[in-house]
Amino acid sequence: MNELVFFINNVVIAGSVAGSIYAIGAVGVTLIFSIMRFAHFAHGDMMTFGAFMVLLLTTLFPGAGNAIGVPTPLIMLPLAMALTALLAVGIDRAFYKPLRAHGVKPIVMVIASLGVTLMLQGLIRLFAGTGGESLYVDDRKEIFRLTVPLEGVRVPVVITEPQLYLFALTLISVVALHFFLSRSRLGKAMRAMSDNPPLAQASGINTNTIVAVTWVLAGGLAAIAGTLLSLDVTFKPDLSFFLLLPIFAAAIVGGVGHPYGAIAGGFVVGFAETLAVFNWGILLRPFRDSLPEWLAQAGNLAFVGTEYKIVVPFFILVAILVWRPTGLFKGKVI
Amino acid sequence: MSTTRTDTVAAPRRFPLREVILFVALLAAVLGVYAMMGAAYSTRMLVEAACYAILALGLTIQWGYAGQFNAGVMGFVALGGFCAMFFSVPVNDAFWDSELPGQLAVVLAYIVGAVLVVFGASRLDRLGVPKTLRTVITVALAVVLYMVVISAFREVAGQIESRAGFVGGLGLPPWVGWIVGGALAGGVGYFIGNICLGLRSDYLAIATIGIAEIIKAFLKNSDWLTRGTATVSPLPWPVPGPAEVGFTLARALYLSVTAVLIAAIFFLLHRAYHAPWGRMIRAIRDNEVSSAAMGKSINRRRLEIFVLGCILMGIGGAVLASFNSLFDPQGYLPLNHTFLVLVMVILGGPGNNLGTIFGAVAVYIIWLMSEPLALWLMELAVHFGEGAFGWEAPASMDSRALQARVFVIGLLITLVLRFAPKGLLPEKVKHVD
Amino acid sequence: MPLLDARDVQGGYGGMNILNGVDMAIEADEIGVIVGPNGAGKSTMLKAVFGLLQVSQGEVLLRGEPIHNLPPNRLVQKGMGFVPQEYNVFPSLSVKENLQMGAYLKPGSVKRMLERIYEFFPPLKDKRHQPAGELSGGQRQMVAMGRALMAEPEVLLLDEPTAGLSPRYMNEIFARVKEINAAGVSILMVEQNAKQALAIADKGFVLAAGQNRFTDTGAALLADPEVAKSFLGG
Repeated sequence: MNELVFFINNVVIAGSVAGSIYAIGAVGVTLIFSIMRFAHFAHGDMMTFGAFMVLLLTTLFPGAGNAIGVPTPLIMLPLAMALTALLAVGIDRAFYKPLRAHGVKPIVMVIASLGVTLMLQGLIRLFAGTGGESLYVDDRKEIFRLTVPLEGVRVPVVITEPQLYLFALTLISVVALHFFLSRSRLGKAMRAMSDNPPLAQASGINTNTIVAVTWVLAGGLAAIAGTLLSLDVTFKPDLSFFLLLPIFAAAIVGGVGHPYGAIAGGFVVGFAETLAVFNWGILLRPFRDSLPEWLAQAGNLAFVGTEYKIVVPFFILVAILVWRPTGLFKGKVI
Repeated sequence: MSTTRTDTVAAPRRFPLREVILFVALLAAVLGVYAMMGAAYSTRMLVEAACYAILALGLTIQWGYAGQFNAGVMGFVALGGFCAMFFSVPVNDAFWDSELPGQLAVVLAYIVGAVLVVFGASRLDRLGVPKTLRTVITVALAVVLYMVVISAFREVAGQIESRAGFVGGLGLPPWVGWIVGGALAGGVGYFIGNICLGLRSDYLAIATIGIAEIIKAFLKNSDWLTRGTATVSPLPWPVPGPAEVGFTLARALYLSVTAVLIAAIFFLLHRAYHAPWGRMIRAIRDNEVSSAAMGKSINRRRLEIFVLGCILMGIGGAVLASFNSLFDPQGYLPLNHTFLVLVMVILGGPGNNLGTIFGAVAVYIIWLMSEPLALWLMELAVHFGEGAFGWEAPASMDSRALQARVFVIGLLITLVLRFAPKGLLPEKVKHVD
Repeated sequence: MPLLDARDVQGGYGGMNILNGVDMAIEADEIGVIVGPNGAGKSTMLKAVFGLLQVSQGEVLLRGEPIHNLPPNRLVQKGMGFVPQEYNVFPSLSVKENLQMGAYLKPGSVKRMLERIYEFFPPLKDKRHQPAGELSGGQRQMVAMGRALMAEPEVLLLDEPTAGLSPRYMNEIFARVKEINAAGVSILMVEQNAKQALAIADKGFVLAAGQNRFTDTGAALLADPEVAKSFLGG
């Protein structure tokens, strides 16, 4: 049973954490893709920027959360979301919109987004330095150890406070996004434009407004994902570096341009990662006596070492591109 | 429409004023660096710039000739660097004299066997096994065999690391490594290109970023093969080294080797570009639909150009690693080895080989010279801050100043794309009547 | 003053002129029909009227006000509706959402208009929750026309509304066009089925090589032996 609890801690919880973050990130990527038809490589850095804004605000007003008993970073999150959304719209106006107006090929937009990546990274590191920093400036990170009420189980289920917030916020974001896209006038217009841009325009939809709304959404979601990730571990200026490949793998697995698919894809990639680095030998331990010796002796039965974690999203990406380039949920555009 | 050969008319000859001005300015800049930083330093800079020029030529044929965006230049450079190291470093007797080579060979045989078994299982449906069952069998076999092989492999790799350090090199001349490096990079390019070139162009960018990171992770963590973070040094040179003839002369000799290489590559590319093959490549880039309608096998051509570009990147990376006389997997940064090369290409003029070489040398000089400049500016700012407002500067000021250069590189990419998408020396497009 | 008045319109794609000076005018409550051989610039003319094409010379007036080269969303505000020939629905949106998008600029009237459209095209009511991409060609055409009508346009531009439809649906669509017109919407449409279209037309425009060849009432054009010989297949 101890082994099972270990499995819960290392796979179920860790996988859900990674999956939630990838899912929120991938939704942003897929929304941008479905409206503007290019892969936005600077998305990981927009996440970092959001987290950095939270860090900045929390450092400025470390005590703000105490008043209502919530960690300060969470109080600052809405503000950081607004700032990141503003940044996203600003970047679009300054760098992407002129290129769009020129009617360049999508791949040129991709290169421009790489340029934006470098600019954001340079800026963030210029101000934040290159080291890691905890977002818990003045609060304590609660860690809950839930003992399992069963005989012989010594290992507790460990879950931290930021992880609980993460699950709650992911759920809220996903539900809110669903209602936005399926019920609101703007959300439907966004889907319409993703389906058929000229017809959307012929229906009186102002495409510039939709583009701006898309950036606001993507920026806000990026800030949420970046902040939640930084809360769970620490804030690092090169967060985006570890996010880019999983997020794009998730978006493509779900079918590009398909928000619900992106969410599913995020969890697929998140769980695949944790399952791949999990040492399956641990689950064999209780049966050690009844196993053949060579199997009982095997020390490390992980598929890949943690240092090769990046192989997992890449493998998923390649597999999906080979077998089903439209993704599991039939994306619109390939 | 008749064949393109006869109706292609050469652009009227004109005096290449733009080229002359730009290259004279470049020469002046190089001489300036020589005057300021001394001959040894400046020659090193030129050799490195020459290596970058080879990389940039690789990218310019992918991006400029064919419109493919390879965002993982770093990976191919690192592969080349690894081959340069592996083939030229002296033989490690501690490894070869033990029973470890035999064990490694056994594991390699296991791997080959496992691959064959899994491949065989995937063909079971030809023997009448239902497809679903075949898939289940194949996947189960693959997982189990993978576990077995990887366990055995980890065992041997650990043994090698603890008893011999690492496998060591083959003690062959450096150019063997350069050739194999190009071939290996081309092979990886073939694998990626085969998967991605038929799909949207964005997917190639994502996949190349991924493969670059994986190559780096592999080289960094395979201590048994590359010594990982411990780095391998020195790497032998194909020309007399600094110890024999002094820094400046040795580097000048190396520079002449790279110059010959670039000249050869430039000449071959020039021939290919003006041959029917090159015209076909550009026709595909400019109008995919009509080229397909004319019955050209698009994907075949695209794959050729992508692989060719990757080969050049592998060679460039190998030559660069040999010159640095150091193989350090940690030293392969997407910033230096991907984005800098990208800036070189788009600034110089994608698809224009001469422009690419100009861009490579010019951008590399700017990049090197901007380091002291950034530090100086930052110091100025810190002094100003302290003097005027009494600010205390953070300790990591130097590393932060260097980050400012990252910002500038990014800004440069977006600005060039917007205002001079064809670069300083635009590709010369012939008039077709 | 004509409701919609195009004068000497020239334009095309990428520097190539397709329209070499076309004149076209319809009064309020009229049906105008554009016919002509393939490549005559019929659809291009419709696109030029709806701002989807750069008009290099000439002008398009709506109630005397110049509208050429305004973006399409502005034209919708000014009371024009457009149904393209292809890609005229949002395939992943439900029928109801498709119609809602039509009234994007008039959110207040969505409910009322939905009822009217369902009344007008009864099959759509049953399929309102189905994605429009799954409908048959004729039903899709109904969604497309319904979408454009949702904004209560004064002028409706239809680009070959019967292309690719079975004869049954074709007659149905022609009947609907007449009904829409009877409800006070002026119509300018491009049609391949020239005879049937001219039969319901108040004004007919026969284009060839990007220029007017014949302009008259629908009935007069049908009766003109020269038009019949060259353009109506005898």
